[in-house]
Amino acid sequence: MRPEPHDDDLAIRIRGLLNILGGNTIHDHLDMDVRRGEVMGVVGGSGSGKSVLLRSIVGLITPREGSIEVFGQETREMNDEALSALRLRWGVLFQEGALFSSHTVAENIQVPLRRYTDLSERLMNEIAALKISLVGLPEDAARKFPSELSGGMRKRAGLARALALDPELLFLDEPTAGLDPISATQFDELIRNLQQSLGLTVFMVTHDIDTLRATTDRISVLVNKSIIVGTIAELLKNDDPWIQEYFSGARGRAALNA
Amino acid sequence: MKNYAPKLRVDNPATLQTELRGGQFRLIAGGDWLLAEVSRLDSELNTSDMEHAREAIIDASAITAMDSAGAWLLLRTRRALERGNTRISEFTLPDRYISLMETMQRDHVGEALEPLPPRRSFEDLLERLGRGTMHVAHQAYDLLGFLGQVTIETLEAIFSPRRELPFRAVVHQVEETGLTALPIVGLLAFLLGIVLAYQGADQLERFGAQIYTINFLGIGFLRELGGLVTAIIVAGRSGSAFTAQIGTMRVNEEIDAMQTIGLNVTEVLVLPRILGLMISLPLLTFFADVVGIIGGMVMTYFSLGVTIPQFMRILGGAIDVNTLMVGLVKAPVFAFMIGLVGCFEGLRVERNAASVGKLTTRSVVEAIFLIIACDAAFSILFSILDI
Repeated sequence: MRPEPHDDDLAIRIRGLLNILGGNTIHDHLDMDVRRGEVMGVVGGSGSGKSVLLRSIVGLITPREGSIEVFGQETREMNDEALSALRLRWGVLFQEGALFSSHTVAENIQVPLRRYTDLSERLMNEIAALKISLVGLPEDAARKFPSELSGGMRKRAGLARALALDPELLFLDEPTAGLDPISATQFDELIRNLQQSLGLTVFMVTHDIDTLRATTDRISVLVNKSIIVGTIAELLKNDDPWIQEYFSGARGRAALNA
Repeated sequence: MKNYAPKLRVDNPATLQTELRGGQFRLIAGGDWLLAEVSRLDSELNTSDMEHAREAIIDASAITAMDSAGAWLLLRTRRALERGNTRISEFTLPDRYISLMETMQRDHVGEALEPLPPRRSFEDLLERLGRGTMHVAHQAYDLLGFLGQVTIETLEAIFSPRRELPFRAVVHQVEETGLTALPIVGLLAFLLGIVLAYQGADQLERFGAQIYTINFLGIGFLRELGGLVTAIIVAGRSGSAFTAQIGTMRVNEEIDAMQTIGLNVTEVLVLPRILGLMISLPLLTFFADVVGIIGGMVMTYFSLGVTIPQFMRILGGAIDVNTLMVGLVKAPVFAFMIGLVGCFEGLRVERNAASVGKLTTRSVVEAIFLIIACDAAFSILFSILDI
């Protein structure tokens, strides 16, 4: 057993999380730790509550019970002001990018900048251009509207917006879902690269076993309303049937042997 | 949720010293070079004099924290110096930020976005006017094409033996657009009858001709208002629903699926809606006429003291079947307009959610415009025919 990490090293600390939606118990007193600077992958079958977990942490869903600490602060007891201050320290990439459709990509990236900083117009444009190239979009994407972009480009643009305020913690909801294998591989590399150079903590919900292998340090598996955490090697030794099926099925084996 | 805009804060304020001595430019950076400090650092960097330097030293080793915005300022300064043919003899960074700087140097092209200049010139106005005109012309042309297509498909469906009218779907649309609209149409017609009777009585009283309120009410409601108001309500209620339903199907690729399976979209989606509406709108109009006159009757009873038998006798003298028919004959035409425009705009929806809302609004506005234009055309026609 590894020693219990000190609380200061934790980006997210969840204890006893209980979520009940529409009469179904989604999370039954779930505990989870995400350390600073690690990439935590979250997997689980459809309806196992991966997205619900992400939404609970960022405050889009209020859980029935339990405590959620982000950077050592209990989010459930926070007032709006403290929560706003905390929001500056994380960025969220939603499944379809969730870009504001009436804004260009550059304007989308500038939305958080305009709200929280007083940068000059020139610097604002420079930073938008910087983020656009950091996520690997071509320069001319800046002036395009979300409807003019492909699915993969929308995700990159969404990532650029999530990175606008240089957050410490990044939430990714199915970042590679719906991308072709080449784009997905590029996206994996991008996330790993940004995570290392910007020193991010990443909380990533995904189905994609290639992404898990390529980017994550540890993986949380949501099974039976609870959670099992470990590296891929550790999880392979776990005898839970779902985990065995997931990693040892044909797709899992192919991805892990690659 | 309240809207707080907390300021970004840093632990160690960023420091920046620049000096130019003997052709050597020295930049010493320290503290937290984070987004929160970037605005201040940017203006300090802009005022520093680095143009005439032959050699430059950038010493950022005292930086305690740096993010991509801070790194960008250093990188930009370095590039500006290099463009000015200044040799960078030293560029030091804390080790942990070297990979960030490398990533940015590799990826970033370094050209800021130039904001598009606002174009408010006369030519721009002309251009927009031209585009708008062309858009309206195209729209009208396409709508005319759609009208032709629907007409042909309808005739085929009626006369061709190998195709049959989608009877069940039509009945469903009659229920959807007619039956469920009864409460709102009835309520509004009743209120309108009251208002009309009240205003009529009020004005006609000056001539001592209050009793003509009933003539005014009967003719006004049956010939014009009943049909017009019902059509406008239905345009807002069912025309918008047609566009939204068909538009959502377009977004979900349901229409594409229908085409690949070999279903005729016009026959499956458009015809039942238009035909259903053409049946339900005349019925609704008749209902509105009756309820509106009852509303007027209630009002005349209270304001003029006209009893119901008296009211009926006077009304019977003022109107005949033709008055009713003149109003009712317009209803199928209005219904056709509403259905045609509603389905037409629905089929033009693009594959995004915003487009559904935009075209739904447009469909209602166009339908109401066409209803009123048609009504005016009918008035002219009737006056020529002396009806």
